[in-house]
Amino acid sequence: MKFSKSHEYLADDGTVGISRYAAEQLGDVVYVELPEPGRTFAQGEEFGVVESVKAVSSLYAPVAGTVVASNAELQEHPEYVNQDPYGKGWLLKFEIADPAQVSALLDEATYQSEVATH
Amino acid sequence: MPFNYLPLTDPQRREMLGAIGAGSMEDLLITIPRELRAGKLDVPSGRSEWEVQQHLAGLAARNRPLSQQRSFLGAGVSLRYRPAAVDHVASRSEFFTAYTPYQPEISQGTLQAIFEFQTLVCELTGMDVSNASMYDGSTATGEAALMCVRATRRRKVLVSGTLHPEYAQVVRTYAWGPGIEIVTVPQRDGGIDLAALDALLTGDVAGLIVQVPSAFGGLEPVDEVATRVKAAGALLAVVADPISLGLLEAPGRYGADICVGDGQALGNAMSFGGPHVGFMACKEPLLRQLPGRICGQTADSRGNTCYTLTLQTREQHIRREKAASNICTNQALNALFATLYLGLVGKEGLREVANVSLQRAHFLAERISQVPGFAPAFGIAFFNEFVVKTERPAEEIVRALEARGIVAGFPLSRWFPDLAHHLLVSVTEANSPDDLDAYVEALRSNHLAKVAV
Repeated sequence: MKFSKSHEYLADDGTVGISRYAAEQLGDVVYVELPEPGRTFAQGEEFGVVESVKAVSSLYAPVAGTVVASNAELQEHPEYVNQDPYGKGWLLKFEIADPAQVSALLDEATYQSEVATH
Repeated sequence: MPFNYLPLTDPQRREMLGAIGAGSMEDLLITIPRELRAGKLDVPSGRSEWEVQQHLAGLAARNRPLSQQRSFLGAGVSLRYRPAAVDHVASRSEFFTAYTPYQPEISQGTLQAIFEFQTLVCELTGMDVSNASMYDGSTATGEAALMCVRATRRRKVLVSGTLHPEYAQVVRTYAWGPGIEIVTVPQRDGGIDLAALDALLTGDVAGLIVQVPSAFGGLEPVDEVATRVKAAGALLAVVADPISLGLLEAPGRYGADICVGDGQALGNAMSFGGPHVGFMACKEPLLRQLPGRICGQTADSRGNTCYTLTLQTREQHIRREKAASNICTNQALNALFATLYLGLVGKEGLREVANVSLQRAHFLAERISQVPGFAPAFGIAFFNEFVVKTERPAEEIVRALEARGIVAGFPLSRWFPDLAHHLLVSVTEANSPDDLDAYVEALRSNHLAKVAV
């Protein structure tokens, strides 16, 4: 699993979500707006928003790619993002356009040390 | 010499000028080029308060208020019955003097009134959610266009050629900044041209804005329109006259995604065209794209029912440049007028107001068409406004009837130069049967007078 500096994660199978750290910082998530399958995003492009009781934050594509699926369950259960960000709280399945972009992302240890200094 | 309303004395003026190093008033204004300054103002010498009152009363007496004439003027604003209790309740200082009173700690009454307004708007329009109100019908329509674009991520909005032209202008103004393309669907026989709509409904269309009843009073073929708009994957925004909804199908029930309109007819004074109130409501999937304030009902820490603004993450103070709109306010007092009006006339009363307006309008249209030189302009069914084709220019008819204390209607040439012989006539419950007789009689004699010459 890799991480972007804007706190999205990208799993090996192309699953995209937000890190546990980000979910904790946001507080209770009340709404998630996600793109429909088929849409294509450049690396760093905004693909949706996550809304908590205290803020609305943009979600950025960790790498370039095409949306294969988005997590429809979050419409009814946005709290999954807080409860299980790496499991039931996933956001998108991504078809990665350029694998080279993946290796340039942060690995878990680097990401954890980055957020530890915050 | 001190004046009551001019609080500065000459010594005070000199002191202030001295403090900033200006020798005189002339010195202070030196940077303003002389040719840009107003010369000596031609203000007569002072008069007593009594004399001024008499003078102003004399000027006011020369006004001819619409309420003292037989008015058939509509076109967006019309004279309607306003129950006295509306003004009485709305004039309470708790409602009347407060400005943007959204703090739940101190404004439960106002917030509850807003909540009731939203509930009434939803019931009238058949929509799931309403906001706390907009400035007026035209700005609500502009917001509807932006909402279609946000929700579909498409960049083109169609507006019916039968939409109130001033509303269409506001839509274009709203669309100008974000660079949204606005395309007009032409009208045919007073209604939206369905064949032209088919051709224009391409895959890049975000939504269609259609007005029912239209600016010509016409009842647009809403089912046919809705089916076509849905098939194109676009949104349908309907501009509705709230009084007409006492009789007509609610837009939410024939497939509208957004419903907006002006609430002047609901207990608001004409006030020379404003301030009025706009309403705006939508279906639940579009909730996050709805602009403006939304008031919600909840429970306080003791379990009592209470009211507070909700879903504020759509708004500017939280979402900044990504907010759904730049509107951070509502028309609370005018929305209150509308709420009180609807509460007072009730469901049956609203139906009766709508029905009387419709019956009298159809009666008058029929009578007018029997007068030589006048005929129905369009074949489309109408509610309480209709267009009469006039042999002589409509402006002339209006001028001729003015002398008889009759405001004959709105000459459409003021909007459409090629419709110089088209007169838009509006009839409401405020037009008595006697008014209708007087109108027909005036047209008849005016026509005969002209023929005799």
